Amino acid sequence: MVDFGFGLVPSSRINLDLFDKEKYEELAAMEPDVRICMACGSCTAVCTAGKFVPTSLREAIEAIKNANSEKALQMLESCQLCGKCSMVCPRGINTRHLILSITKVYSKK
Amino acid sequence: MKNNILIIGGGPAGLEASAQLQRMGYNVILIERSAKLGGHLAKWDRLFPDRVPADEVLGGLLRAAEGVKCFTDTDIRAINRLEKSYNVRLTNGITVLSDAVLVASGFDLFNAVRKEEYGYGIYNQVMTNADLEAYFKTGNDKRIENPKKIGFVHCVGSRDEKSGCRSCSKVCCATAVKQAIEIKQAFPQAEVFCFYMDLRLFGRHYEDLYLEAQKEYGVRFIRGRVAEVSENYDGTLLVKAEDTVASKPLKVTLDLLVLMSGMRPSASVKELGEHLGMMVEEDGYFSVRSGISAGQRSPQPGIFLAGAATGPKTLPETLADARAAAMEIERYLTEIFPDARNYKQLVKERW
Repeated sequence: MVDFGFGLVPSSRINLDLFDKEKYEELAAMEPDVRICMACGSCTAVCTAGKFVPTSLREAIEAIKNANSEKALQMLESCQLCGKCSMVCPRGINTRHLILSITKVYSKK
Repeated sequence: MKNNILIIGGGPAGLEASAQLQRMGYNVILIERSAKLGGHLAKWDRLFPDRVPADEVLGGLLRAAEGVKCFTDTDIRAINRLEKSYNVRLTNGITVLSDAVLVASGFDLFNAVRKEEYGYGIYNQVMTNADLEAYFKTGNDKRIENPKKIGFVHCVGSRDEKSGCRSCSKVCCATAVKQAIEIKQAFPQAEVFCFYMDLRLFGRHYEDLYLEAQKEYGVRFIRGRVAEVSENYDGTLLVKAEDTVASKPLKVTLDLLVLMSGMRPSASVKELGEHLGMMVEEDGYFSVRSGISAGQRSPQPGIFLAGAATGPKTLPETLADARAAAMEIERYLTEIFPDARNYKQLVKERW
């Protein structure tokens, strides 16, 4: 068989119908501040790990809300909990705590 | 005897200016082309940012304007400029000799049918901000039956050059956030999404409203303009946008989509402009003497403007504008108008 190089590429479109509301509410119950992120990007701008490996709390929150918790975990994998992001967050989110809670809730299979 | 002042438009701006000018002792004649006073305010349920009942505000305006001569269902048939005053013939047969004219012709809501890609008037479950407000007021709307997923589309007929509406309508962001909260109050289990390009929550307490929507009501804000809506076989809607924060196309199935129709110049502007010989700018709103220092004075001496006739305004801005117009009229009628001999010179210097 000749390989023409065609394959099925998984859709990269966000499908909000796949959003896991229950799990998100579980996280929000522990961590109400997850709701108030306004995606300003301050956390990502100062992230020490982010200079070397894709790491972004802003993107992680976005990914959760966009039904892609795997990406969220990936985005936080290299976090060293240094806490610089909590210093710059304009809405005063306890980012370290939030990162730990995200990991806890979404690592559960 | 104090001067006659004709006020065109019985919405909040016209009512507020009437009350102020009457207090100053002027003889105010207020005309309204529809059957009812109050303008859009009469159709609204609650007002941002504090969700004050619209009826209360309108009631206050109407009480303050008691005693003003009001003609509803009345329009202008013709206006003649005399030496200094205006001779105005109304459609009810009455002629008014008016020393100053205040144009408070307000705005129209953008006709959402024109954005065909959103399906208003085609798909059953698509409604406008005004429809939702009517539902909050009456509790009746066949489209709203325990919706589980609701979307709000910001900037419908705003910031849209192709629809001939370049500018921001100023009030829809705050209205959308307010209505998102109210629909969550009505249906706590529902998921609510707001599709925005920028959130323009500039006023006092507006940011609090935004924070409240996120924090207390879990409203999801998605940066991206809804580009396409289609109807599923079961009557739900498939909505497509880009999440421009995530840089990815996005789709979601919704039970209800609310279009935030923006402010457009009132349809009466064209006719009024012709009657009064007043200029309209490219955006369709009346031009003013100076946008910064004389926003209530038209280029025509003796003709004043207030409220959304000169561009989108919030309700408190409109009321402040009406009070300012009343002050400007008073200044004109005491400092310029009475001096018949030097009138032309004074107009040149002070108008």
